[in-house]
Amino acid sequence: MKQTISFKVNGDPVTVEVFPHWTLLRVLREELELTGVKQGCGEGECGACTVLVNGDPINSCIYPIMEAEGKEVVTIEGLAEKDNSLHPIQQAFLEKAGVQCGFCTPGMILSAKALLDKNPHPSEAEIRHAIAGNMCRCTGYVQIVESVQYAAEIMTKKD
Amino acid sequence: MGELFVGKSHPRVDRDKVTGRAAYINDITLPRMLYGKILYSSRPHARIVRIDTSKAEKLHGVRAVLTGYNVPEVRVGFLGDQTPLKKDKVRQFRDEVAAVAAIDEDTAEEAIQLIEVEYEDLPPVFDPLEAMQKDAPLIHEYDARGKPRRNNILPLPWRLVAGDVEKARRESAYVVKDQFRTQWVHQTCMGTSGGIAYFDVRDNLVFHSVTNVPFGGKDRLDMFLKNLGIKGRSRILTPYVGGSFGSKLDTDIYEFILVLLAWKTKCPVKIVFSRQEEFQASPPRQPVIATVEQGCDKNGRLTFRAVDMILDNGAYTSWGATTPSVMMIPMSSLYKVPNISFQATCVYTNNIYAQAMRGYGNPQATFVVEQSMDQLAEAAGIDPMEFRRINANEPFEKTPMGLAITTCPLKECLDEVKTKLNWDEKHGKRNGRGVGVASFIHVGGGARVYLSDAQGIIVKVDDEGKVTVITGGTDQGQGSETIIPQMVAEAMGFRPEDVFIFSGDTEVCPWDVGTHASRHAFITGHAILTVAAEVKQKILDLAARLMGNLLKQEFKKKIKIDPTFVEPQLDYSLLADPQNLDVKAGFVFLKNDPDNPFTKMPVSRILRKAHMTGTGKGEMVIAEAFYDPPNEMLDREGKGNLSCCYTFGTHGAEVEVDTETGEVKILNYVAAHDVGRAINPMLVNGQIYGATVMGVGYGLSEEMIVNHGRVMNPNLLDYKILTAKDVIPIQPVIVEPFEPAGPFGAKGIGEPACVPTAPALINAIYDAVGVRIKDLPATPEKVLAALKKKEQG
Repeated sequence: MKQTISFKVNGDPVTVEVFPHWTLLRVLREELELTGVKQGCGEGECGACTVLVNGDPINSCIYPIMEAEGKEVVTIEGLAEKDNSLHPIQQAFLEKAGVQCGFCTPGMILSAKALLDKNPHPSEAEIRHAIAGNMCRCTGYVQIVESVQYAAEIMTKKD
Repeated sequence: MGELFVGKSHPRVDRDKVTGRAAYINDITLPRMLYGKILYSSRPHARIVRIDTSKAEKLHGVRAVLTGYNVPEVRVGFLGDQTPLKKDKVRQFRDEVAAVAAIDEDTAEEAIQLIEVEYEDLPPVFDPLEAMQKDAPLIHEYDARGKPRRNNILPLPWRLVAGDVEKARRESAYVVKDQFRTQWVHQTCMGTSGGIAYFDVRDNLVFHSVTNVPFGGKDRLDMFLKNLGIKGRSRILTPYVGGSFGSKLDTDIYEFILVLLAWKTKCPVKIVFSRQEEFQASPPRQPVIATVEQGCDKNGRLTFRAVDMILDNGAYTSWGATTPSVMMIPMSSLYKVPNISFQATCVYTNNIYAQAMRGYGNPQATFVVEQSMDQLAEAAGIDPMEFRRINANEPFEKTPMGLAITTCPLKECLDEVKTKLNWDEKHGKRNGRGVGVASFIHVGGGARVYLSDAQGIIVKVDDEGKVTVITGGTDQGQGSETIIPQMVAEAMGFRPEDVFIFSGDTEVCPWDVGTHASRHAFITGHAILTVAAEVKQKILDLAARLMGNLLKQEFKKKIKIDPTFVEPQLDYSLLADPQNLDVKAGFVFLKNDPDNPFTKMPVSRILRKAHMTGTGKGEMVIAEAFYDPPNEMLDREGKGNLSCCYTFGTHGAEVEVDTETGEVKILNYVAAHDVGRAINPMLVNGQIYGATVMGVGYGLSEEMIVNHGRVMNPNLLDYKILTAKDVIPIQPVIVEPFEPAGPFGAKGIGEPACVPTAPALINAIYDAVGVRIKDLPATPEKVLAALKKKEQG
């Protein structure tokens, strides 16, 4: 039996008919066509499917959809401004080459956002801890860490 | 060098990737699209007695159920040693036994579960050494031509012989001999494999493929269509790719299955692998067993090297079986060694079959060479760093393999590592901390592995003053979409932001041999330089013809608006000669008066005039080039100048070994790389960091546990790629000797940094605690066991 669930995605309220065993990832990708959310393993190991739920990064591939009722979900599609100007973290990932193939990038950026929203001046160790659940095979993480450090710098200057 | 854009760390252009708009294969859906799933064998070696698909066929929503018994028997693969769907016999756990297409993934999965297969087990063989024995069970009874096979050895006798090894051995002052083994490792791309196939109304195949070799893939699919009796031809479209690392060079079996399903259903069909499938059913880097013997004279000069390699090919043949062609390079040409004997034997087993992975055999070969170098240095009583310096290759050497070395800053790389590791102070203490070093050589100027090593390129300039580059190459994350605009802007006189790239469509893009062998920047750079002269000439010819009148018109207009405007006195005859003109950053100007604002004109204005003549005699600017570099294919003896230039480098590691737990901690890591010239230093560093970390995984943590043919750790929890918590303090050092054979002086950098990493670490462990790990990876368990064994004497 399908059930109705309502939550917010990138600020907009949505109501979706779902099977209770579905994951948040499936609903975001297949029902709402937010394909910026990636499926890398489906087992909560790689972090490519990371989205923010009430500000916390979670693996949407193992997050039961029914848990999302009434919550605020942010995906990578919700980060850039409406005029297409990039969020400072997105800009930083370009300027410091935190992106290569790009598959881990949406999840990586959202984990970084969750960190920087709570801790605007993280140490390298804190950054590495925050993105420990986001695997990347291309970069060796160095330039991702540099990107997050640079984003923290830009965001602090902005405030 | 006065360059505006090349050599600068331009930001990456990947806005679509950071905003989630980049569409990878799993993000593409088409109308009426079906989902395909594959049933794999549950036995490593067995006869198929019966396949019952009746229950699956009856399942609501299933559109096709295919087996080897209801599709034409068409052989595929490099040696033609398999069919997409297996008939009569299975030879590995990943053998594709049946495939379904259904309206959704759940239905397809359910249908797969409903297929019943009855097997009759055959004796399997998993160890390549056992598989070489005379009485070993035959994996393939017949070859592709139907000729009976007598053994499991592939008909690819890789051999390289130079000089007189026997004589050199007798005359050597020191000789060492040992055996080393490497493990199965997986490319582990973050985006799993997948594709979408459909046929148009004329029976042409459209294939959304993750390949790095669109035209090679097209060839293979066209041949497949022909053998199936389908009249149409194929068109390949490549989406964004979530990493490759060699995994996307060959056409994989699921891709042929997609064609069969699409043909059967007349609908688009998509297959995307689960992570488990990715580990169990996509071909990884194969293990090797290597026996190496080498010697030197009393001064430490290498006299000979003899290496015998056995490669576990698995059950079928893909590009894993051709990696010995690259293994020969470090064997013969990293250090100066006059007498060489190398042979590699690829052996069929009932294991998963092997493919290419970043480095293409070089990581295995360098692991062997560089450990043996340490052993020989010790035998000769020479510091390992000094020993490498004595034997390091040099510029303008012709190596026993026939490689013509051009620039070669290997000694400089060794010195960089020596200084930055503080080698003299840290080496030889054996107090739980140690330093190790390993160098590499790799192709840096393309690699002629096919008759062509070419890339086609088309460049057009439109009347907005923008440049479109149409290329047959692909990007899998390395950053060509950032550096192509840098090179085009430099070579043709535009700004990087004016350059757009169109790629990934075999119907439109010119031919390219494939994005492999660290060749993309090198070959594309040359293609750009080749076409640039013509593009520039066309622009300047048009400018010479049109600029004078355009300026006169402009001045008239200005006077109309502002009667006080004084028309400058220009020598229009100067402007009329293209030789007096140049173009930079999108503007045409007079060479001897570059800053004159009156004679500077945007290319867009000239092009607009060229298009909109009003006379019926318009022109456009478009040019193409087909750049095929002057390198050579290896001959029958394995000799030839495979690449236009070779890239060298040295990695050094300082480690601390916990003797209680066997854990290895990397305290310092220096990666010195000869890149000829960095087109974009930030992106070069990105390749060094990424490949080094991949190499650390190879050295310390990564291993596919293949137990009786089955991959036992097909998930990211048990297959240990490194995470951000594994802090490797890498210091990349870019050495730029400016390579005359390279575009803008550049050499390739895609693969090399994962080549010397494992031996550098293993040599460091040896320096720290005196135990040598001879089989990868050096897990804490292995280090601990070796320490115990050493204690027990």
